[in-house]
Amino acid sequence: MIASSIPPRAGVGLKPEHYAAIMAEQPDIGWFEVHPEHYMGAGGLPHHMLSRIRRDYPLSLHGVGMSIGGAGPLDRDHLDRIAALVRRYEPGLFSEHLAWSSHESTYLNDLLPLPYTAETLSLVAFHVDEVQEVLNERICIENPSTYVRFAQDEMSEIDFLANLARRTGCGLLLDVNNVYVSAANHGFDPRAYVDDFPVEHVGEIHLAGHARLDADDPAGPLLIDAHDRAVHAEVWELYNRFVKRAGARPTLVEWDNDIPVWSVLFGEAQEAESILNGY
Amino acid sequence: MDTDALQRAIARAITDPDAALPPGLIGSPARLNVHRNNIAASLTAVLAARYPVIRRLVGDDFFGAAAGTFIACHPPQNPALMEFGGAFSVFLAALEQAASHPYLPDIARLEWARHTAFHAADAEPADLSIIARLDPDRMPLLRLSMHPSAAVIGSSFPILSIWRTNSFDATVKPIALEAGGETVLIVRPHLDVVTAIMPTASDRFTAALAGGATLGDAAQAAAAHAPDFDLATALAELFRRQAFAAIIPSTI
Repeated sequence: MIASSIPPRAGVGLKPEHYAAIMAEQPDIGWFEVHPEHYMGAGGLPHHMLSRIRRDYPLSLHGVGMSIGGAGPLDRDHLDRIAALVRRYEPGLFSEHLAWSSHESTYLNDLLPLPYTAETLSLVAFHVDEVQEVLNERICIENPSTYVRFAQDEMSEIDFLANLARRTGCGLLLDVNNVYVSAANHGFDPRAYVDDFPVEHVGEIHLAGHARLDADDPAGPLLIDAHDRAVHAEVWELYNRFVKRAGARPTLVEWDNDIPVWSVLFGEAQEAESILNGY
Repeated sequence: MDTDALQRAIARAITDPDAALPPGLIGSPARLNVHRNNIAASLTAVLAARYPVIRRLVGDDFFGAAAGTFIACHPPQNPALMEFGGAFSVFLAALEQAASHPYLPDIARLEWARHTAFHAADAEPADLSIIARLDPDRMPLLRLSMHPSAAVIGSSFPILSIWRTNSFDATVKPIALEAGGETVLIVRPHLDVVTAIMPTASDRFTAALAGGATLGDAAQAAAAHAPDFDLATALAELFRRQAFAAIIPSTI
């Protein structure tokens, strides 16, 4: 387990919709996480609220735009802006995705998949090294939700991530909902995936809700990593299974669309915390 | 295919709704659509949050179609999406289907100014008492810094009236375009963005000030466009709304 100042408790993704409720209630919650891309303005309410949150709670930054898996060089301006936020807020953890989202000068605003090959492993490892060098800290990389796969895959996602962690010293963020979504979309056993995940590298766990899409797909309905509802029972079960093996790890509930009132999201965190407290 | 060529093929396929699955991908067109939908829906939602009055004025269907074309023509250039969408006013001005609503581009400029003010650098606004302490004879020689969040937009349409009724009224009030133009200040002295009416040509006045002109020269620039522009009235309104950051001491 990587060292971090994020406690092995449950936290939630911080949403502007909940600023007022959090200020009023000062809930007993382990930590908060934000997407740093939302805090890249110069000033105003976002920084005002994040400073107050940071004063009272541990904070994690979860990047969505670094394009770690991009074929081109990392966007140094973006990395410098991340570094400025890390200096300003001193988060306990910084994480990013095993995905790409930029090509040449266009930012595609989605987490796009990459084949798992020796070539892409070198590419991702090179980028992770660069981020860790600039931020001067160990970061965590998250397993993605995927919808397509690649004929040229040379290794499994787990082998890719384990190799990446060994080569760069980075930690891993296990997103249990992503495991469930990808497993359904590609027809593998999600239990085997969480059982095989290299537990020694896991610095954070994510939970979220997903949507089911009756798409025109021969494999049947697709699961979409929508973050628009409560965590599904099957995902709680996988989470319980992993925590039983790994012990308590910092766990985040993400809810980014159709955002509920604070008490509902807080309830999800309390559910995660009750599972953490059992081990 | 190397990684760069593969990603170029995927990037092209997900920005073209009719593209086939690039070679080497295992899946179906429906699976590629997940990425297409994620991108289109998320960026349209960003624009809708940034331009709520434009959306109300044109309706969801028109807005969705316009947003789709805009995203294809002006995709985000970096992951800080707060910088995405600034070209929407220019885009709307060139959009043939929007020609019957000639005030849309100026409304878009107003909404973008509110968005940028929300995220602008914090600064203590200058106090009105400063101006009262100054020697009136020297006032024309003074230079003022605008507050970092301040923007003044001049329009030949009543954009504040249109923006207000579409922002706050359950039933939109009819606004007579013949009523003439409005000049609007957008500023965020502390945490809340303020949107307020200003004397005509205040936009010319503040643009000149931002360019380093003295109050006297800026007032002349404004008067060239509005002969009845009054320096004292405009200054009092701008100070009252806390649109200035500081007075450059060396010029006092």
